[in-house]
Amino acid sequence: MSRIRDAIAAVTARGDKAMGLFLTNGFPDPQSTLPLLQAMDEAGADFIELGMPFSDPLAEGLPIQRSSERALRHGVTLDDAFRTVEAFRRTSETPVLLMGYANPVFRYGVSNFCEAARSSGVDGLILPDLPLEERHLLADDAERTGLGLVHLVAPNTPDERVTRTDALTTAFVYAVSITGLTGTGLGAVDAVAAYLARVRRLVTRNPLLVGFGIRTHDDARRLSAHTDGFIVGSALVSKIEALWDDARLTPARRLAAVQQLVRHLKYGEPADVAAAP
Amino acid sequence: MTASVAPATPYTAPDERGHFGPYGGTFVPEILIPALEELKAAYREARTDPSFDETFRALLRDYVGRPTPLTFADRLTAHLGGPRIYLKREDLCHTGAHKINNTIGQILLARRMGKRRIIAETGAGQHGVATATVCAKFGLTCVVYMGAEDTERQRLNVRRMELLGAEVRPVTSGSRTLKDATNEAIRDWVTNVRDTFYIIGSVVGPHPYPMMVRDFHRVIGEETRRQLAEAEGRETPDAVVACVGGGSNAMGIFYPFLNDADVALYGVEAAGEGLHARHAATLTQGRPGILHGAMSYLLQDDAGQVQLAHSISAGLDYPGVGPEHAFLKDAGRVQYRAATDAETMEAVKLLSRTEGIIPALETAHALAALPALAAEMRPDQVVVVNCSGRGDKDMDTIAAHL
Repeated sequence: MSRIRDAIAAVTARGDKAMGLFLTNGFPDPQSTLPLLQAMDEAGADFIELGMPFSDPLAEGLPIQRSSERALRHGVTLDDAFRTVEAFRRTSETPVLLMGYANPVFRYGVSNFCEAARSSGVDGLILPDLPLEERHLLADDAERTGLGLVHLVAPNTPDERVTRTDALTTAFVYAVSITGLTGTGLGAVDAVAAYLARVRRLVTRNPLLVGFGIRTHDDARRLSAHTDGFIVGSALVSKIEALWDDARLTPARRLAAVQQLVRHLKYGEPADVAAAP
Repeated sequence: MTASVAPATPYTAPDERGHFGPYGGTFVPEILIPALEELKAAYREARTDPSFDETFRALLRDYVGRPTPLTFADRLTAHLGGPRIYLKREDLCHTGAHKINNTIGQILLARRMGKRRIIAETGAGQHGVATATVCAKFGLTCVVYMGAEDTERQRLNVRRMELLGAEVRPVTSGSRTLKDATNEAIRDWVTNVRDTFYIIGSVVGPHPYPMMVRDFHRVIGEETRRQLAEAEGRETPDAVVACVGGGSNAMGIFYPFLNDADVALYGVEAAGEGLHARHAATLTQGRPGILHGAMSYLLQDDAGQVQLAHSISAGLDYPGVGPEHAFLKDAGRVQYRAATDAETMEAVKLLSRTEGIIPALETAHALAALPALAAEMRPDQVVVVNCSGRGDKDMDTIAAHL
């Protein structure tokens, strides 16, 4: 029983690709996160990755770094993330994963964190700085509370390690598209495709999702040819940043523009309907 | 002659996976795991290859100028009226600080591994200069990340790095100091992992860096033993004092004495404006946490966000500390103290006027602990201070505070 795996399976059973969307909790401001998640959900998100902002996000490019700084300026904490998920859960069954860095989770206390996450309705956890080598520090608590653990693979991950990652993952395997940070451009098409095909052969027990650098519907289609779906973060965060920094736009107009981008990513609808006031 | 007392269990940390008790480890994005595996293998191989050690030792002798002297500080000893004080003169290393021991070791590894591009982070600029120096010597490309605040207060070192052919990239994110320079260096490594070697400048970061950097600096303590045997007729002093930011000069001089239970070891952190104000005293005031690839002590708030450190010394202005220091603190093997900016300035003046040696601000933190320590010790006892660097780079800051 896993809401994440079931949701992805339901999409792939239709011959479709699952779409995961990332948003930093407390970004662009604490009041806007929940309406944004609901708008993204309504426009077609198959699951949500809610970012837990950290002061030193090592794997992130500039858009997500800036979103974290902005959220932290509002004093956002892990308890706020749990409250966001709890509120989201009142109206939606769409799976939610928390994504962030290990230190705030360890400071909160691993056991307390897993329990609070589960009882607020969180389905899984992604900690990019907690590789297989250190997963034992929270694996037992995650299993006890039923929190799925996502581990990542990268283009330079050897076959044997991809297999081991698949064996230890309890939600889905996250294939990082490029050796780089979130939000950087995709590399040579052939190399990415060959890598994803290799990983696809090795990941047999979990769904496989690809992320990093996906900005358009074409990117998503191309990369998810070998996977069960794709994840978009920086492109969405950049769009939201621009919309919220444009003082001429009404809240409704901003949410509509975000939904436009979400539908573009998923269905290929035109990306830029002029976001005029 | 005092024989050294070996404890029942010889010191063996870290374990195979880089853990010093609960500290250390490998908390990095997946992309860096293959690079760390490659580095571990290369280091393991190099350590058993006699030609690697020969080349390393030859460069330390002919290029760095080792062994560095162990100077008896007679006027400082008389002034403080306590134990006999010796200074281990790492300030006389080529480039002006101990940092180059480690950059020589790592660049030899980089060359073995066929990496052509070197990156580094730097706080005070000493590690940056030491990295730029070995890159020039070995003909490799060098990019150094340095906090924008530090490029201001350590301008001289920026000019030196540029003259040596390195590209200095000022970092304007976050604290604009060493912590954020390290973030950017790690991000560069994630992006360019295939052809880039990251020369970390302290006993911090993911395994195997804390162990490897310590090993390249242990020559400091090994020389001290030999030199003390000549000067005092005994290999072990009663106390060793070193400053601790990340903690590389301290690990270098402490490590060869860890099994000698009768040698008291003191690490001195930066208390900045005071321990209840802005400071960088991670071991004294921090709590266990994860930053830059390892579990160690960390200055952080209740939500686990990393706090900004503060020190007058750019080299100690860091909210983390090497995991081996965290382990040695918990084990009670090393005592950690802290010196304020003001105490540090007094120590700069004192060493300059009594011994004719202008110490780096980092080093002056260790010296600032001496008056209190001297009062606790007898005149027949011996204390060695690691004089880790020279103060030329700090003249602007010193002039503004005296």
